[in-house]
Amino acid sequence: MSSLSLAVRDSTTMVRRNLLHARRYPALTLNVVLTPLIMLLLFVYVFGDVMSAGIGGGGADRSEYIAYIAPGILMMTIGTTLVGTSVSVADDMTEGIMARFRTMAIHRGSVLIGHVAGSVLRSMISVTLVGAVAVAIGFRSADATVLEWVAAFVLLILVALAFTWMAIAVGMASPNGEAAGNNAVPLVILPFISSAFVPVDAMPGWFRPIAEYQPFTPAIETLRGLLLGSEIGHNGWLTLAWCLGLAVLGYFWSKSLFTRESR
Amino acid sequence: MTTTASQPPAIAAKGLRKAYGDKTILDGIDLTVPAGTIFSLLGPNGAGKTTTVKILSTLIGGEAEELYVGGHDLATEPQAVRASIGVTGQFSAVDGLITGEENMLLMADLHHLSRGEGRRTVAELLERFHLTEAAKKPASTYSGGMKRRLDIAMTLVGNPRIIFLDEPTTGLDPRSRHNTWQIIRELVSGGVTVFLTTQYLEEADELADRIAVLSDGKIAAEGTADELKRLIPGGHVRLRFAAPAAYQSALLALSEATTDDAALERQGHGDGSRRELRSILDWLDSSGFALREVTRDDEALALKIPSDGSQRELRSILDWLDAVGIEADELTVHTPDLDDVFFALTGGLAQPRKETVR
Repeated sequence: MSSLSLAVRDSTTMVRRNLLHARRYPALTLNVVLTPLIMLLLFVYVFGDVMSAGIGGGGADRSEYIAYIAPGILMMTIGTTLVGTSVSVADDMTEGIMARFRTMAIHRGSVLIGHVAGSVLRSMISVTLVGAVAVAIGFRSADATVLEWVAAFVLLILVALAFTWMAIAVGMASPNGEAAGNNAVPLVILPFISSAFVPVDAMPGWFRPIAEYQPFTPAIETLRGLLLGSEIGHNGWLTLAWCLGLAVLGYFWSKSLFTRESR
Repeated sequence: MTTTASQPPAIAAKGLRKAYGDKTILDGIDLTVPAGTIFSLLGPNGAGKTTTVKILSTLIGGEAEELYVGGHDLATEPQAVRASIGVTGQFSAVDGLITGEENMLLMADLHHLSRGEGRRTVAELLERFHLTEAAKKPASTYSGGMKRRLDIAMTLVGNPRIIFLDEPTTGLDPRSRHNTWQIIRELVSGGVTVFLTTQYLEEADELADRIAVLSDGKIAAEGTADELKRLIPGGHVRLRFAAPAAYQSALLALSEATTDDAALERQGHGDGSRRELRSILDWLDSSGFALREVTRDDEALALKIPSDGSQRELRSILDWLDAVGIEADELTVHTPDLDDVFFALTGGLAQPRKETVR
């Protein structure tokens, strides 16, 4: 068997294992969408009146705030799903079966590829669930073309993929699931200090650069641009750069952790 | 045990070393395991057994002058080594989140068996390991013995030629342990090589063709169970007396038996009985049966006479006892067991020393 077909075959098996876990334990997938769902409902229905006053130069109503917040919530969903990825990777690495995989003549990277593919897939399922709720409470895309919809979807996958590699590295660097859950908290915090809930302009001056250039803000702004027709500007390139950087960093970090000699 | 001269050993290691920082775990060990045999690495906790298995199964690296598993160099062809081995580690290597059957099918997929072949192999192994009933339950709900069986069954999916079992029966109840032993014997009858680590001497004795005693990262001794037992002259006949008086008279008889004719005469033996007794004692001496090395245990009112436990020696001991008129309340034969070897070689708890009768 050639090394490529070996890689494909073993990776497929590992993805199947990962999805089997997700199917056996739906709570793994459902728990992670609770946070973004609660945030969505909280910010729209509880803080909605105050929050909407702060966007679009004031005077916006609730439906405009739903439109504003939805792209941010979708990106946040990816973040919370990936905390689950970190936890399950950390738990998996402590399982005895990892040692077994390492002594088998299988493609070395297939274990990680299984986690990556499974994680991106679960992210998309989460995004779809949360997106459906957003639509149900009144989110409508302004005038997005089919191409823009496709681009939006590709963007979400890209962000999920890039952050997944980081989440996997964090999971592998953690001694157990609990620690991984804590170590992956930035994935949940970062969206809060992005333009997800309030525009960066509304933040204090010293904080703006942090909010503006952290990975979530450009991704959220790009998604807004695609779905709502707002200005994307340099955010598209920034997003691509962040995704590439995070993916490469996460990939090599995970790989070095995976091949590191275990005691 | 069919080993042809042309067949390379299943495992060959020369000068295997492993250290973490300045802590040496393995200090240059040599191992040769002929194909189709059971080799047991015996040692106390912390001797380096698991480290050895981890190195030989490609999990961690180690330094060696020579290190071959299944005829492949571990350093340069780890993937070829992996293709010929199966490993059941000390801690269960099953995926607890999925069912036993799914675990098995996962292995079939990773060994690239076709769908039909995989299903067939899995069904056969589940049946053989008495797991068919539990096949649809999550592996995390299995008992220790079932997990271990599933673990070994998973190892067998790819038909490995060399199997590493790291303390396969630790923590199992006696019945599961015997089942596991049976499984291991069946494996070898199919031509598989088994490398087994254990801290149970009984297990090594029961299963292994050859045993190496590992102590502090070094091989303290290597050989068959019998060869190892011969290293330690631990066999003896134990005579226990119920009454202190009987014990004292036996001691007296013993000390006089090891002296001379005059003493025997003083004891009131006539010429005839003296000659008879003398001939028995001479015979005992000539057959290497050493009354002089009898040890006494005053607390238990017992005597330990060194012996290999053979019928001839037993008879001569009984003859001597009759001749001197000693009647022991209990006579037991102890053959040297691996415990003696183990303790002697690994410097563990030595048998309490007893005063030698002069």
